[in-house]
Amino acid sequence: MAKPPKPEEMSRIDYTMPQTPWMETPVQYEPGCWGYPTKENIQVYNGFPNPRAWSPLDDDWKLPANWKDILLKGMEERLSKYRSFQLFMDICVRCGACADKCHFFIGGGDPKNMPVLRAELMRSIYRKNFTTAGKLLGGLAGARELTEDVVKEWFYYFYQCTECRRCSVYCPYGIDTAEITMMARELLHLLGVGVNWIMEPIANCTRTGNHLGLQPHAFKGNIDFLVDDIENITGVRIDPSFNRKGAEILFVTPSADAFAEPGIYTMMGYMMLFHELGLDYTMSTYCSEGGNFGLFTGSETMKKLNYKIYAEAKRLGVKWILGGECGHMWRVLHQYMDTMNGPADHLEAPVSPITGTKFENARSTKMVHVCEFTADLIKNNKLKLDPSRNDHRTVTFHDSCNPARAMGILEEPRYIIRNACNNFFEMPENTIREQTFCCGGGSGLNAGEFEIIRLRGGFPRGNALRYVQGKYGVNTLTCICAIDRATLVGLCDYWAPPVQVSGLHELVANALIMEGEQERTVGLRGEPLAGTEE
Amino acid sequence: MRLWLPLIAVLALILIAYAGVSGAGMNYLFGVFIPYIAFLIFLIGFISRVVKWGRSPVPFRIPTTAGQEKSLPWIKDNKIDNPSTTGGVIIRMLLEVFLFRSLFRNLKSELSGGKLAYGSAKWLWLAGLAFHYSFLTILIRHLRFFTEPIPFFVKWAETLDGILQVGVPTFYQTDMVILAAVAYLFLRRVFVPQLRYISLANDYFPLFLILSIAVSGILMRYFFKTNIVGVKELTMGLVTFSPKIPEGIGVIFYIHLFLVSILFAYFPFSKLMHMGGVFLSPTRNLANNNRAVRHINPWNYPVKVHTYEEYEDEFREVMKEAGIPVEKE
Repeated sequence: MAKPPKPEEMSRIDYTMPQTPWMETPVQYEPGCWGYPTKENIQVYNGFPNPRAWSPLDDDWKLPANWKDILLKGMEERLSKYRSFQLFMDICVRCGACADKCHFFIGGGDPKNMPVLRAELMRSIYRKNFTTAGKLLGGLAGARELTEDVVKEWFYYFYQCTECRRCSVYCPYGIDTAEITMMARELLHLLGVGVNWIMEPIANCTRTGNHLGLQPHAFKGNIDFLVDDIENITGVRIDPSFNRKGAEILFVTPSADAFAEPGIYTMMGYMMLFHELGLDYTMSTYCSEGGNFGLFTGSETMKKLNYKIYAEAKRLGVKWILGGECGHMWRVLHQYMDTMNGPADHLEAPVSPITGTKFENARSTKMVHVCEFTADLIKNNKLKLDPSRNDHRTVTFHDSCNPARAMGILEEPRYIIRNACNNFFEMPENTIREQTFCCGGGSGLNAGEFEIIRLRGGFPRGNALRYVQGKYGVNTLTCICAIDRATLVGLCDYWAPPVQVSGLHELVANALIMEGEQERTVGLRGEPLAGTEE
Repeated sequence: MRLWLPLIAVLALILIAYAGVSGAGMNYLFGVFIPYIAFLIFLIGFISRVVKWGRSPVPFRIPTTAGQEKSLPWIKDNKIDNPSTTGGVIIRMLLEVFLFRSLFRNLKSELSGGKLAYGSAKWLWLAGLAFHYSFLTILIRHLRFFTEPIPFFVKWAETLDGILQVGVPTFYQTDMVILAAVAYLFLRRVFVPQLRYISLANDYFPLFLILSIAVSGILMRYFFKTNIVGVKELTMGLVTFSPKIPEGIGVIFYIHLFLVSILFAYFPFSKLMHMGGVFLSPTRNLANNNRAVRHINPWNYPVKVHTYEEYEDEFREVMKEAGIPVEKE
């Protein structure tokens, strides 16, 4: 894998536009900026077309003989199924307001990473094949021929979009590049062009219930390790249940939280909190994944993976569902799940058994965000928190793209942080809340081979982080997204070392005073607490 | 090419009108026939485009949320930028359509010494707003040519627009504002490298066309004396479907009218349709009440899933060993 250059070098960004017009500038596959293609067996398992061994660096991508037909038919079908797609092909005026809003453009300077130009990669083909002006006038009307080079360009640039929706906040018509990227990826999949790092987790999730491919006993085993760790740190033994029928609540969170640092500390946090509350909840090994890589692939795959949540809630007979901290997971749960796999009439409108609060905003979907749940607990004085246990941390909060721009959960996490920590400082206002910057790893770009483009895309976040690091001594970047927790670690190490990344419920559990606990000298990751260092 | 061809095209259109009327005397063609055809194309084109959009369903409710959601009662939600009700959506749309709210958010990111800074960038918003409101006012003013008696709001528009009370005939501010705004929109396309790079011929063409319409209109009003009575006779003839060509209307009028006709006919096939499209944008015109009210996808169809039974069949033994409950022992 290509090694990234030094940060000083990477932050010297050349925004000069190329000499040649973009239609005449062929795509260059730069190292560290593209994904490895789907392995044959994975393609077969997922039931996707054209399984084969190939590489994006090959001249011949071994596309199906009638690939052009397939792609154009696919495009026609989607134009008639998605108003967003049809509209966003037609109404852009190229005002350029979106140009410097994309983290990949800001951090890399490649003009095809300006959202407007990324969309034009698709629009030019739309015009050529579906509009009168484009058919008659060709290039003059912004149209161009569909060639294999276009497919290669799409595969490169539509996998350099993290579907973060930042551009859509600024667009005067609300054009959302995420919609266009989703369509492009669906179309590429029709030709058998996809990224293994997304497709293999989909296969895993289908079979084992989670992206990581943890089988039921392994999933439980991982959690058991965390339970031991909790006991070592707090002296409290907790006993989570799996696939337990009759529980009141099904808890679903990204499987990464059960598996890897720093997500595991967030997982420990959830379990400590639920234990302290005496919450009647269970986790399922069959739907041991809140995330949904189908969102990065196509609507059918998304629906297929998401199906398990309601199905399992029904089988176990729970009343409602609680969801952990995750970004794209919540885009799916909030904006897609009820439509795709609802209505969940077998469930009840969620009510917090601790506070009696009815979550009116989730009365149809019956799924509550853990930050809504916890904020409500704190507001009702149901938690004993000692924020000084987080005094070794000076915290800032990274709004994750999807919870911010496809949901709007902005205040709940901040309220929780303020109650769980004494030292909290915001990053500059143009880099948080609805204007937040992506970590660079969303929509399946967290694979190792994407490292260079991901670090470029992480530059705006890194830059904002460095600012509060210098000004306030921030040493902890907190977030409510599992992809963030994985990506931001690399981002911080590169752009703002030695800032650490944590989930929100790690901070909550650090501060949480539990019944029967021993004196705590270390935090959940074994780090010494302030005032207890030797 | 992307810049020059549209300019040449607009100049050619002017020449065509000039030669057609002044040389070949095809006043009827340019004064009646083409305007009718153009308006018909506009009408049919516009409607069929909007119908086409309308026919394409909205399978998912995908508002872009730009503020706090409505969740717990003690957390203040942002009712406009993250509306949870139809009322909120209406306000959001009104602000979007009338004040270009999203564009108002515009920022400029600047890199210096390895550090990024974000500055305010409101000029595009201002020029956009100035352009669209001038255009609207001018359009309303022009209704004087198509109505008898002239409605009150047209007179208001004229009075407001001529509030400075200078010159004979009265100078309309919008004439100047639209020229300045179009000039700005054009110049930024030419001089901002990123803008130049993304601009297509179909971005320059409407700018040149609108510029030449404005200039020909201004020339007619302030410089070349035009037979205004004759013009009104012609335009009234058009709206009452009893077209006639009065004598003594200068060729500049026909050029103006021809360019306007071209704009109308071009409209439905171009990016100018953003006017209709903004109302339909699913990231703006839907309430963020996804978890409270189920949204229906008209083409939702079943997909092949991996059921719990299949899962347990594969993993039953290891589940039992790990003490995880199973359906079939």
